[in-house]
Amino acid sequence: MADTLLAGPTTTAPARRGHLGPSPWHALAYVAPALVVYAAFVLYPLGRAVHLSLFDWDGLTLATFVGLDNYLDVVTDGDLRAAFGHALVLIVFFALLPTAIGLVLATLLTRARVRGLPFFRTVVFLPQVIAMVVVGVAWRQLYAPDGSVNDLLGIVGLGGVARAWLGDPTFALPAVGVIGTWVQTGLVTVLLMAGISRIPDQLYEAARLDGAGPVREFFAITLPSVRAELAVALTLTVIAALKTFDLIYITTGGGPGNRTSVPSYEVYNRAFRLGEVGSAAAVGVTLTVIIFAINLAVARIGERR
Amino acid sequence: MTSRPARTRRAAVAALVGALGLLAACTPGSENAAAPPPTDRAVQTDIASLGPVTLTVWDQEVRGGQNEQMERLNAAFQQQYPNVTIKRDSRSFDDLATTLRLALSGNDAPDVVQANNGRADMGAFVAAGELLPLEPWSRAYGWDQRYPDSVRQYVSYTPDGKVFGEGEMYGLPQVGEVVGIYYNPAELQRLGIAVPTTWEEFEAALAAVKAGGATPLALGNVESWPALHVFGTVQDQLVPADQITDLAFGRAGASWTTPENTQAAQRVADWARAGYFNEGVNGIDDNQAWQAFSRGEAVFLIGGSWYAADLEAAMGQNVRFMPPPPPAGRPVSATGGTGLPFAITSASDAPDAAAAYLDFITSSDAMRVLTETGNLPVVDTAAQTPPAGLSQDVFAAFAAVADDGQLLPYLDYATPTMGDTMGAALQDLLSGAQPPEAVLSTVEADYAAFVNR
Repeated sequence: MADTLLAGPTTTAPARRGHLGPSPWHALAYVAPALVVYAAFVLYPLGRAVHLSLFDWDGLTLATFVGLDNYLDVVTDGDLRAAFGHALVLIVFFALLPTAIGLVLATLLTRARVRGLPFFRTVVFLPQVIAMVVVGVAWRQLYAPDGSVNDLLGIVGLGGVARAWLGDPTFALPAVGVIGTWVQTGLVTVLLMAGISRIPDQLYEAARLDGAGPVREFFAITLPSVRAELAVALTLTVIAALKTFDLIYITTGGGPGNRTSVPSYEVYNRAFRLGEVGSAAAVGVTLTVIIFAINLAVARIGERR
Repeated sequence: MTSRPARTRRAAVAALVGALGLLAACTPGSENAAAPPPTDRAVQTDIASLGPVTLTVWDQEVRGGQNEQMERLNAAFQQQYPNVTIKRDSRSFDDLATTLRLALSGNDAPDVVQANNGRADMGAFVAAGELLPLEPWSRAYGWDQRYPDSVRQYVSYTPDGKVFGEGEMYGLPQVGEVVGIYYNPAELQRLGIAVPTTWEEFEAALAAVKAGGATPLALGNVESWPALHVFGTVQDQLVPADQITDLAFGRAGASWTTPENTQAAQRVADWARAGYFNEGVNGIDDNQAWQAFSRGEAVFLIGGSWYAADLEAAMGQNVRFMPPPPPAGRPVSATGGTGLPFAITSASDAPDAAAAYLDFITSSDAMRVLTETGNLPVVDTAAQTPPAGLSQDVFAAFAAVADDGQLLPYLDYATPTMGDTMGAALQDLLSGAQPPEAVLSTVEADYAAFVNR
């Protein structure tokens, strides 16, 4: 038994497995403990959520079966559609912007031989370490009408654009997005720094001999070499963008109007505050499918290029 | 690494487990579906004879004076009935609202819970048969005499949960609430403005404060419910009381899109456009708003009696409270009602002890304890001698509205989703993103969908 386990990862494994374990149930015995836990805490709740999403249920009285009506609502209900739209906007702020900024920062920090590198790395990574709830509370103070953001704008002579950022119909969603950019940039930067520091120096030396400047170096060597890290960074940040709940809950509660509501906040709001459990489950399942699909796409692109 | 057959096998097992999970689950809610609890039952008021009893009580009395009154009353109750042990579980208003649903339908439901009056909470629990109608104990303890009709309507539902404001009592409230106007007398004096006594004078005062370079009204509306109280206060002065009552209890026959309601919404929008509120109302929260008022950054604050303790602590003598001054020729009207009522769950195995507990914490002795700890008792208000200062104002305002005026229900009581719908709509009204007509038709859609279903 222990033999098969150890032998597993070696190249001879297939032959030996055929020899030692003719029954598929043999293999199952190994995965069973993990599978039981996985089934109890992931598969069963997932199945139950799909099941609930087919009902109109207030969480208390007997539910009515409504088939796919709740999913139809996700497509036709203006508020819900808007929530999914907001999540897509957040992808720009949580994933695309941090990736762009992270690439520049990581290149500068590794290639420019900065003094006190660990210090900068820590500073950039710090937002990741702070609980999102704390981040939300802190930024709510910054964005307040008399908060530091408006003070800063006043100092640089832009007092005219000062406003209650989280209460403004136009700027509330971007304002929440900027918090996401601030949080995620650190993660992306540190990931990409690891990738860049792995690139052999000879490549850069060769490029320089061929007369490449820093920009050319970046596009010819750095960028192609961190493809895998980029895929990982995008996967993590896109998931974070789509899952955003705590930030919305703390900063805006979906307001003003419904302009910052996102699917995961709607799941909470519908299930626990409005008593629309079926609808909440449908939103949750839809969100899961979307996250899965987007990540599949990102992973494919990351592999292929 | 993983061979293809192994991967398919794993997928097959996963699918199998998932399918089994689906099959095992039956129609949601069927485990709770039961006949509504009987309204007639034999009642035992001799609690000492019940033997050892443990009462689990879920309340939301977490802040200073609220917590203190609860602790004192619980201790006194256990002293009077040594055979009863009270297991108190106290959580914040929001936490209680989000967890009560699950708790009531679970196997280990508490005996006594504090459930918000509206349809989203108490109404839904009554409809699901999770709460006991209090009629049998009401007769035994004389609760129908203890509470006037105006208070009883706030805790009454028909046993199917469909009609709010009539039927059986399902809970007993301890405290009263009234939404009125806090003002800063020193600021008014500095600006040379008299304390308004009519609605016209109040609006003139708002304009005068603005003209004097100060902020008339403090409002922090990130949470979106504070604006409901501002709108309700304006509506109470402009719309006939019976229409507001119908709208707030979710009864058929009223409409949000009337000229009077439009006028009320228009008035709030006008206030916002004229700069009567502080900057960025939707961007600061409720706490920031009353704290700004307490620092003298605004002259008025429209809000409920629940701010009184905090404001008095912060401002001492420099804050007063009044019910909204009515327009000439109208009685005084204000939004208000009761604090969260205490109800008995149908899962309780000691409903008689629970009823005795409800009786105890709402008795006239209890009302005195409430007064001593800085709360506003819902009954016997006139018999209390509140501490001088803001408390006296609040007691007088509640008595004036409840006895001689009209105490109008909270607007979010109407439908299970009204708080959410109206909160978002009013944020749009205040920011100018939606005109009054559009805001009211959003609210009307929610109301009509519920009333006509």
